[in-house]
Amino acid sequence: MNIIVCVKRVPETSEAEIAIDKSGKSIRAEDLVFDINEWDNYAVEEAVRIKESQGGTITVVTLGPPESQDTLRRSLAMGADEAVHLSDPALFDGDPYATARALHAALKDKPFDLLLTGVQAGDDGYGQVGPILGELFHVPHATMVTKLTVEDKKARVHRELEGGMEEVVSLDLPAVLAIQTGINEPRYVSIMGIRKAKSKSLRELTCTDISLAPEDCGPAGSLIEMKGLFLPPTGKAAEIFKGSPDDVSIKVIDIVKEKGGL
Amino acid sequence: MIKERMFKGGEFLITDALPEEVFSPEDFTQEQRLIAQSAEKFILGEVVERKDELEEMNPVLLRQLLLKAGELGFLSADIPETYGGAELDKVSSSLIGERVGQGPSGFAISQMAHTGIGSLPIALFGTAEQKKKYLPKLASGELIGAFALTEPEHGSDALGAKTTAVLSPDGKYYILNGQKQFITNAGFADVYSTYAQVDGEKFTSFIVERAWKGVSLDAEEKKMGIHGSSTCSVVFQDVKVPVENVLGEIGRGHVVALNTLNVGRYKIAALTVGVAKMLIGEAVQHAKTRVQFGRPICEFGLIKQKIAEMVVKTYVTESMVYRTARLLDLALEGVDPADEDAGRKTGDALRSYALECSINKIFGSEMLGYVADESVQIMGGYGYIKDNPIEGAYRDSRIHRIWEGTNEIMRLVIVNTLLRAGKTGVLPLREACARVKENLKGNANEASHEGGLLEDERAMVARAKQMMLLVIDCAIKKYGSALPNEQEVVGLLAYMIIEVFAMESGLLRALKKAMKEKEERSIIHRAAAQVYIHESFPRVEMMVKETLAALFEGEDLATKLTDLKKLAQFIPANVVALRREIAESVIAASRYHLTRL
Repeated sequence: MNIIVCVKRVPETSEAEIAIDKSGKSIRAEDLVFDINEWDNYAVEEAVRIKESQGGTITVVTLGPPESQDTLRRSLAMGADEAVHLSDPALFDGDPYATARALHAALKDKPFDLLLTGVQAGDDGYGQVGPILGELFHVPHATMVTKLTVEDKKARVHRELEGGMEEVVSLDLPAVLAIQTGINEPRYVSIMGIRKAKSKSLRELTCTDISLAPEDCGPAGSLIEMKGLFLPPTGKAAEIFKGSPDDVSIKVIDIVKEKGGL
Repeated sequence: MIKERMFKGGEFLITDALPEEVFSPEDFTQEQRLIAQSAEKFILGEVVERKDELEEMNPVLLRQLLLKAGELGFLSADIPETYGGAELDKVSSSLIGERVGQGPSGFAISQMAHTGIGSLPIALFGTAEQKKKYLPKLASGELIGAFALTEPEHGSDALGAKTTAVLSPDGKYYILNGQKQFITNAGFADVYSTYAQVDGEKFTSFIVERAWKGVSLDAEEKKMGIHGSSTCSVVFQDVKVPVENVLGEIGRGHVVALNTLNVGRYKIAALTVGVAKMLIGEAVQHAKTRVQFGRPICEFGLIKQKIAEMVVKTYVTESMVYRTARLLDLALEGVDPADEDAGRKTGDALRSYALECSINKIFGSEMLGYVADESVQIMGGYGYIKDNPIEGAYRDSRIHRIWEGTNEIMRLVIVNTLLRAGKTGVLPLREACARVKENLKGNANEASHEGGLLEDERAMVARAKQMMLLVIDCAIKKYGSALPNEQEVVGLLAYMIIEVFAMESGLLRALKKAMKEKEERSIIHRAAAQVYIHESFPRVEMMVKETLAALFEGEDLATKLTDLKKLAQFIPANVVALRREIAESVIAASRYHLTRL
């Protein structure tokens, strides 16, 4: 089984105060902690499990600044075999389409049975790179994958739908799958893994290496233009219900149900 | 190009190092960062998750978690690969120790004791057979180690231990009798290194197994803090220890004990950095949500001041820990851990840094006392309530000033190590003191720097060293070889030595940060270094004065004070403003954010 996993280095923002940076199109990231995108971590784990049961090689790919190599090393330490780093700054800050095109250009000569991405990135949350890659590679693709079984050149996946429903789909390999969190329990990175990762191959590629013309790279190659980023305006604080506890609790249950919490 | 330098132990007192010459957290390699992150994930995911179950001693859970940690390699940083260990450098080992410290103390202390003093005696001084027998299982966590040195009548004067070891008539066993007290991990440990007198006066180290007949434990101590860890007495009653289990040589058990404690010492400092960072995070988050007088209390000046002080002290400790860890790594570079003679070579290499290791232990433990105390204060009444983790951390912190060598003993070690290095010529102490006196005669206060960053602070650190050398020289002249008996003076000298290492380490780190990244990224680092140096410098002067007053009187004292005055001048920086800046930055990040991984 040849598996490719696309990974991304993103900031951890759950507890930090977010501020918009000077350009107005990004957040100030200097003091944030960065780590592998949560969804991608599940994807790497899923790939390692498949390799452990069926054999094969795992290639991890990322597009990003020099620090992104930390994410690649981490993935190698988890069990990936080789890494590719699209490190050319001309490729940065593109929209999902430009990013997917760059990844496709880098990988198009690499045969794979499965190409995994995370459902979305924790920072910009577009959720598009996976499906776009599927289209660029002209292979079947599925998103929101919560369970994956590979057998006889087919992938049988469970897809998470709204309202707690699941869809089961079978795809012929090769296929692209966008992995949802919770599909497995990712292993901890061990010292031995880190040690082994040191000697695994990590290749850096530029625009020229992947034969992507400048007008197709980064913002120039994007279909979406980021105009600006802003924090949500503070609105009304809360809705206060009046009535007896019984009445109010029915109202509250309705709202929770409506919003998918029950 | 200026390169990293392997300074000798104590050399920092007589040389002004350059930032490029010392190691700082800004120099972590990718591998080291990955190790730190992995350890942190494990602690958060496996240990912090079960913190409620770890509040009281839970040997079953502790062993489970230690096994999990062992599987991932987090127990064997100091165990050679040949014996199943991770064989990591000391910087990586300190990073693990720091992350472990951020989790519940029951696990942290058990892990620290197991990987440090619990395993090191065998890892450093075992024979090949002993290492083969015990190390792989200590590395994996299958066997838990403990260090059984202290006795009811012998704590600081450990070498005077009364436990006896008598060779059996057939020469196959040593019969051990005695009692060890306050032994960490004893409640569930499988293997102890212990210490007894052979023939009444040959202090010797032994490997003893819990399962052997005659080994028994007393009830767990009811401690002020670290309730989740095990502390009890171990009683040996006619225990038959096979002669193969003598660790090191008969009569040379102190080599095993003291060298082990040396390494254990700086590991404590790494742990305190981890705990402090955790406490700062908790305190800041509380201060951001606690609203009084219509504002979150993090907006009030006195709270900002506390936050800044906690950050500054943690920053300086962290700078010292990693500077020292790298020095140990450099010193151990030539030693092959699988070598038969590795123990002795390692011991020799480490002994030369006993001074730095002791400084780390003192500073880290006292820093943590401060941070824990102010965290309680920031929490207010809530900090006094049992369920609040800060309350536990406050009680936990107290032990670090006591164990693995009381801070008072550590101060004696610092000065004695320095005096010995000076006497044996390892450190040209006398020449350095003479140079200071020469400089005072002339007007050469200091060479003028090119107006670089933190130029004033560089000068202050250099002058603090000179002040200290001046007074050390006077003390040696007055007391000669009896100086160690003048403990109060020794304490004052130790204070100065500690402050110099602390000031310089913070300074060099801030300058390194400014060198490696954009200058604006080093603003908070430089502020922290500045605050510490401006607080510490006048304290050093005060200690010098106190010492001079103990050594001299009348005219002599007046002359000396005039000399001192030349070195002690400084223009105080606006530390009030600097502390605010530091606090505001940390508050915005909601955590200690000065060390980027």
